[in-house]
Amino acid sequence: MSFDAAYHEKKLNSVGTRPLRPDGVDKVTGKARYGADFNVPGQLVARVLRSPHAHARIVNIDTSRAEAAKGVKAVVTAADFPDLTNGNAEMYAILDNCMARNKVMYDGHAVAAVAAIDAKSARDALRLIKVEYEVLPHVVDVDAAMLPDAPVLNDSVFTGGVEPTPTTPSNVCNRAEFGHGDVEAGFAKADVIIERSYKTEQTHQGYIEPHACVATCNKDGTAELWVCTQGHFVFRQNCADLLGLDASKLRVTSSEIGGGFGGKTHVWTEPVALALSRKAGRSVKLVMAREEVFRASGPTSATSIDVKLGATKDGKITAGLATLRYTGGPYPGMWAELGAMTSFACYDLENVKTVGFEVLVNRPKVAAYRAPSAPMAAFAVESAVDELAHKIGMDAVDFRIKNAAQEGSKSSYGPVYGPIGIGPTLDAAKTHAHMSAPLGPNQGRGMACGFWFNFGGQTSSNMNIGMDGTVSISVGTIDVGGSRASMALIAAEELGISYDDIKVVIGDTNTLGYNDMTDGSRGTFSSSMATVSAARNAIEVMRKRAAITWDIPEEDVYWEDGHAKAAGSKYGNLSPLSVAEIAAESGNTGGPIAGHSELIADGAGVSFATHICDVEVDPETGSTSVIRYTVIQDAGKAVHPDYVEGQYQGGAAQGIGWALNEEYIYGEDGRLQNAGFLDYRVPVCSDLPMIDTQILEIPNPNHPYGVRGVGETSIVPPLAAIANAVSNAVGVRMSHVPVSPPRILAALKAEANG
Amino acid sequence: MRYERPETIDQATSLLAGAKGKAFVLAGGTDLLVRMKGDDFEAGLVVDIKSISGMRDIAETDEGFVIGAGVPCAALNEHAALHAAWPGVVEAANLIGSTQIQGRCTVSGNLCNASPAADSVPAMVAAGAQAKVSGPKGTRMVPVVDIPLAPGKTSLEKGEMIEAIVLPKRPARAGDAYLRFIPRTEMDIAVVGVGVNLTLGSDGTVETAHVALGAVGPKVVVAEAAAKTLVGTKLEDTALATLAAACSAASSPIDDKRGTVAFRKDVAGVLARRAARIAYDRAGEK
Repeated sequence: MSFDAAYHEKKLNSVGTRPLRPDGVDKVTGKARYGADFNVPGQLVARVLRSPHAHARIVNIDTSRAEAAKGVKAVVTAADFPDLTNGNAEMYAILDNCMARNKVMYDGHAVAAVAAIDAKSARDALRLIKVEYEVLPHVVDVDAAMLPDAPVLNDSVFTGGVEPTPTTPSNVCNRAEFGHGDVEAGFAKADVIIERSYKTEQTHQGYIEPHACVATCNKDGTAELWVCTQGHFVFRQNCADLLGLDASKLRVTSSEIGGGFGGKTHVWTEPVALALSRKAGRSVKLVMAREEVFRASGPTSATSIDVKLGATKDGKITAGLATLRYTGGPYPGMWAELGAMTSFACYDLENVKTVGFEVLVNRPKVAAYRAPSAPMAAFAVESAVDELAHKIGMDAVDFRIKNAAQEGSKSSYGPVYGPIGIGPTLDAAKTHAHMSAPLGPNQGRGMACGFWFNFGGQTSSNMNIGMDGTVSISVGTIDVGGSRASMALIAAEELGISYDDIKVVIGDTNTLGYNDMTDGSRGTFSSSMATVSAARNAIEVMRKRAAITWDIPEEDVYWEDGHAKAAGSKYGNLSPLSVAEIAAESGNTGGPIAGHSELIADGAGVSFATHICDVEVDPETGSTSVIRYTVIQDAGKAVHPDYVEGQYQGGAAQGIGWALNEEYIYGEDGRLQNAGFLDYRVPVCSDLPMIDTQILEIPNPNHPYGVRGVGETSIVPPLAAIANAVSNAVGVRMSHVPVSPPRILAALKAEANG
Repeated sequence: MRYERPETIDQATSLLAGAKGKAFVLAGGTDLLVRMKGDDFEAGLVVDIKSISGMRDIAETDEGFVIGAGVPCAALNEHAALHAAWPGVVEAANLIGSTQIQGRCTVSGNLCNASPAADSVPAMVAAGAQAKVSGPKGTRMVPVVDIPLAPGKTSLEKGEMIEAIVLPKRPARAGDAYLRFIPRTEMDIAVVGVGVNLTLGSDGTVETAHVALGAVGPKVVVAEAAAKTLVGTKLEDTALATLAAACSAASSPIDDKRGTVAFRKDVAGVLARRAARIAYDRAGEK
């Protein structure tokens, strides 16, 4: 059935209210089942042997003693993962990352795995595996990896995106350029130009729940996987492709998810667990330890970024130029490209150019992290924008308002914007009470803007109308932030029934059509669109059933306020039929009632935010406290405002951690020094103030309720907002994130010493 | 691995003395239980000392405060007389971990863990605390400063364990304080820690001073020269500046994941100055 996804304003009863989330009680009482909470009879326990070297050739692996050990049922190495990738470089990288083939590329790279009857047997067996390494020179720093004499990670990599293609291999695997106009001409028109270099360190998504799965390969070629993931359909396809299974025979069920933030969009241990199960003929449970999560999953890119920005004295930016270098770990990615696309997306620029370089280093394979690549680019650009505003003597907000993109602006990455929220978030910031609140000694205020594309993608959903008139909905997008509550609200609105009469579940891969992952802030945007479509299809069925019940033509039945009603005066005495009444009769009118939807959710509206923060810096220790923080972001329409606010606050909290203390620290030997929450410092509760939020609602024209994705944009501005606030508090520009106490104190001393 | 829960000190020390392989004392377990989950942990014996009589008591005797090795840090905070006499030590002990951890962890455990960053240790060293060490050869009193030797290494011999920590009696006009630097607000490990213990004369002049520094060397650093600079002063600005410089000079930290040499040396001075001020004010109030 054709589906009109266009936005229509209407009076709302359910959407925009704040009922309790259906999964809340189970989660706070410990009843909810996460990845490691699932067990099957006779399951084995798996452990992974990981490389202690940053870069080494695997000369030999001898697993014979481990295989012979008591309790051990299977041992796998790369030999158990034949290359079925058919020249698909992206899949080959995933394969090599899951189990190192010829070389280990980073500290923590998997080289073998064991399945045994218990954890101790598995652990003991790992010690019996002898791996002979030929240690190779390594490089972990993004700038060092680009130097001509840097150790080359992969001698089949020649920089793409440049003409002619280089003849010598390097760690720079691609160059990507975006922009329009003539930046040199733009700089010639500028009265003031600033040119700065910035660095950001590698961070991890820091989800509380480690990766966990239970894999079962059966003799008949079928298989099952219980897994903590952001995308069970994608995991099914990836695992099937890597292992040569039929995707349709691999049933993947997603657990509750204890955080993902992009880090659970990639397979790491799942193919390993399946391979062990296939070899052992038993179910295999594999749970990563925290140390493994840090060493071998996630993280985001470390970056080095140069920005050149020019403006006229009256505050018009004449040109913007950014060169961005992003680490991708040991495999090619498009992280710098995303950074290059997002750098100047907030601004309406006549002349803009961004160039991104993808850089290979001996660190774990980079995974998406909440608006991947955008926070670092925003840190660099928003720092430069702030400094330029100061330099021409203009207020930082006014300067941004003057240059903000608007409907019809050509974005720096190409498309022309529709209705967007950057201007309104800046206007709201300007008039927000936070902006004019007094500051005390050693305090500073900073602000910054952020952008994210958002994504829609393939989505399917089923709605079943029960015989009692209550409704169950299956969606195929993992609920990472309260989307089940939002789906129920949307369905309640469409059907005209109570939120409490709707139960939403996440369907497994055998019960629904293919769904893209919960990424790109698409969960609520796309699945609510599919839910609207499914509801409207169910309403069509219910209209028909009412017509049968009344024995009148179908076209004389219309739907209003949760009831089928007969049109016109000729059926004057027919009282409207509720969902429950129609459902109760379904056995006599044609059987069960359902609505289905399979669609591609196009038109995810781009998203913008403006953040304001106040910090206090102890000038003697460099310690920074965030004392006030405000997020202003466009939601299109907040279906469940609590969870929209939760996304705003969560993104800001992660961004604050990234800005102040979180970073991967490598030793001279290329080994990760802080693979744990003690020394990888995510903020604790007492580190953060209450994060205030202001939801703006500029409807997305491409969604029935005007919804835009909200999950990612809020992590984009904090790095710059915090760095700007710290810079304003101490009077020294901070250009290296995290702005940790040692970095602040060193900058203050350097300034004092001239 | 064998788990034992003896009821006397003699039983405990003979178990430890007779152990084959590595033996561990279990008090609060907040370090040991975490280590036990690690892949590299091996132990032949764990001796849980919490059932030994007196282990969980704080006694006020002629010697001072005798804190059993099983007393959780949170209990120090709830002991009014101890808190009044040694607020710096009590505060240091209650910076360790979270509220839940403080309900289990002990200062004896913190000491025997032999981390240079242990929070309670500089405060105890500045306070002149002694450890009552029991072993197969009997009991001996050892200054707390002499228990840790290097990261993870103590001077306790095979079969020995700490039975109690003894904090001396307090004269009038005495005060102590402990401050640490962490990048977060809690749930963290000291990048620098400073304990200061002062006694004042009737006119407010410092008569005795003890300063101990944490996380700026392989073990707790007794900053004797720095402490001496305070004697005879009333903590004037110049005295504090001298103290800060002396503490920075007494620090011999390393660059690591938690901080740099320059940062630690600077902050050792800053915290010494601030801790001295708190200790001085506390002493003046008594």
